[in-house]
Amino acid sequence: MPVRMAETKIGLDGVRHVARLARLELDAEQEARLQHDLSAILEYIEKLNELDLGGVEPTAQVGEAGTPMRDDVVTNQPAAEAALANAPAREGFWFKVPKIIE
Amino acid sequence: MAASSAYEAVIGLEVHTQLLTRSKIFCGCANAFGAPPNHHVCPVCMGMPGVLPVFNRRVLELTIRVGLTAHSQIAERSVFARKNYFYPDLPKGYQISQYERPLCVGGYIEVPGADGAPRKIRLTRIHIEEDAGKNIHRPEASLVDFNRSGAPLLEIVSEPDLHSAEEAAAYLRELRAMLRYLEVSDGNMEEGSFRCDANVSVRPRGASELGAKTEIKNLNSFKFVEKAINHEIARQTAVLQAGGKVEQQTHLWDAEREETRPMRSKEYAHDYRYFPEPDLPELQAPPGLVEAIRAQTPEVPSARRARYARDFGLSAYAIEVLTQEREVGDYFEALIKAGVHHKAAANWTMSEVLRAANASDQPLIRAIPAAAQTATLLKLVEQNRISLNGAKTAFAAMCKSGQDAAATVSALGLAQVSDEAAIAEACDLVLSTETDKVAEYRAGHEKLFGFFVGRVMKTTQGKANPKVVNEVLKRKLAP
Repeated sequence: MPVRMAETKIGLDGVRHVARLARLELDAEQEARLQHDLSAILEYIEKLNELDLGGVEPTAQVGEAGTPMRDDVVTNQPAAEAALANAPAREGFWFKVPKIIE
Repeated sequence: MAASSAYEAVIGLEVHTQLLTRSKIFCGCANAFGAPPNHHVCPVCMGMPGVLPVFNRRVLELTIRVGLTAHSQIAERSVFARKNYFYPDLPKGYQISQYERPLCVGGYIEVPGADGAPRKIRLTRIHIEEDAGKNIHRPEASLVDFNRSGAPLLEIVSEPDLHSAEEAAAYLRELRAMLRYLEVSDGNMEEGSFRCDANVSVRPRGASELGAKTEIKNLNSFKFVEKAINHEIARQTAVLQAGGKVEQQTHLWDAEREETRPMRSKEYAHDYRYFPEPDLPELQAPPGLVEAIRAQTPEVPSARRARYARDFGLSAYAIEVLTQEREVGDYFEALIKAGVHHKAAANWTMSEVLRAANASDQPLIRAIPAAAQTATLLKLVEQNRISLNGAKTAFAAMCKSGQDAAATVSALGLAQVSDEAAIAEACDLVLSTETDKVAEYRAGHEKLFGFFVGRVMKTTQGKANPKVVNEVLKRKLAP
C-alpha cells in the first residue's frame, strides 16, 4: 500500500522518538513503513471521536468489573536454582548482565 | 545554610514505602528482606512471558488505612497503569503502578511546626505500585537480584508545601512515625523500605509562580535529606543571584562528597508512556471495606500527642519523646495502667527505658522488663522501700537477667532500711565517733549536717532511707 503522506498522523520525528523509547533501531524504509502503520492506527482510533460519549464514564477495560484478589499468603518456595537455570551468566545467586552505565 | 532572604525554597517530597505484607503484590513469593539473591522469585515477579498478576488484597487494606489516616479521598474505583522504561532491575520493561486514577487522592498530614503548633502539609496522592529488583555494579559487569521485584510499594506524594530542609525532615519523621504506628511499614531507611525523592525549587520571595525544579534522588537517611536539600537550595540561589537560570534536572545525592550532581538528561527520562494495565481490571474496594478499616485504624502520633497534652499535661518535649515510636508511648501507658503516677511513668520511660532500649539491638519490647515488673519497682520507690538509685540499679539488672523486680531487689540487697531503731543506732555510732564535728555543728556550723547524713549512709551501705536519716539526725543533733 502506498504511503499517503498528506494523511499521516505522526511525523518521522515522532516515529524516531517512539523507536528510541522502545530501544528499536530502524532503517529509513522501516521508519517510513511504521509511520504509515502508526498513522493508520491513530486514524482508526480517531473514529471514536465520531461517537457522542458525553454521558459515558471513561473506562480502561471492558469485561470483568473489579480485579480479582488473592489472600496475603506465601505460596512459593525459594527457587533460586530454577530461576537461574536459563541465565546466560551468573555470579553466585546473582544474574550477571552487561555493565550498566548511567 | 541560611537561604538568602530575597529567595524562598519550595519543596515537595515523594516517599516510597514498602508495605508489611507476607507475600508480594502480584504473586505468592515472600516479601522479605535479607534472603540470598534470587530466592524469593517466580515467573510472575521475574517478568516471564505469559504470566498474569493477581492482586494481594492486603495491599488494598493497608493503603486504605494510610489514606484514611491522611484524610485522603479513597477512590471507589482506581486503575493500574504500566509505566514503561528499560533498566535491568525491571524484568518486564514496565512497572505496574497507578497513574491517572490512584487509590487515594488529596489529604494532608499534620506536622509539628517549629513553634510547636501543628502545620498541615497537603498530599497530592497516594498510589500503589510494585518495587523493582536490585542492581549492584562491578567494574566488568552488573549483577541483578529480583527478591525485591514485586514487593508492594506506596508512593506518597506531597504538595510543594515545604519551605526548608528542616521542615522537610519534620514531615518525613512524622510520615514515618505514622506508617510505623499504623503497622503499614517498618520505615527502615537503611534497608530501603522508606525512601525519599525531593523536588526542590527556589523563587524570589513573594513570587507566586514556581521556579524550575530539581529532583533529588537517592536520599536514604534523614541527615542526607536535610543536607541535600540545603545544598540544592544554596546552589539554585547562587545561580539565580548570578542572574542565571536553573535547569530542570534530576540530581543524585552523593553522600561521600556531600553534594548533588546531575544524573541524566530529562529529555527521555520522564516519557514513560503510561497506559492502563490490560492484565488487571480496575481496582474496586469491596462494599463496607473502607468503613471496616476506618473502625480499626490505630491511633496516630498527632492524636496521641493531643491526648497526652490533654490527659497528662506533659511538656512539649516529653510528648515529642514519648510519641516518636509507638512502643515507647505504649510502654508509658502500660506503666500508668499498672498504677504508676503519670509523672513518674513519663520520667522513667524517657530516661531508663529509652537508655536501655537504645543500648540494645533488640526491639524495645524484648530489651526491657515487662511494664508490670517496672511498675512494681516504681511502687517500691513510692513506698520508700528502695531508693530511686536502687530502682535504677535493679532495672538495669532486670534488663540483662529477665528476673522479676522483687527477686532482683532482694538479690542485690537494695531494700531500703526505714526502721527507725536501726537508723538511730547507725546515727549514734556516727555521732559518737565524730564528737569534734558535733561540737562544731552545735556551735552554729550548720553546713556540717550533710556530712553527718553522708556518714550515716556510708555506715548503712546506702540502704538507709534518707528521709528517716534526716529526721533522726535533726532530733539527735538538736541542742
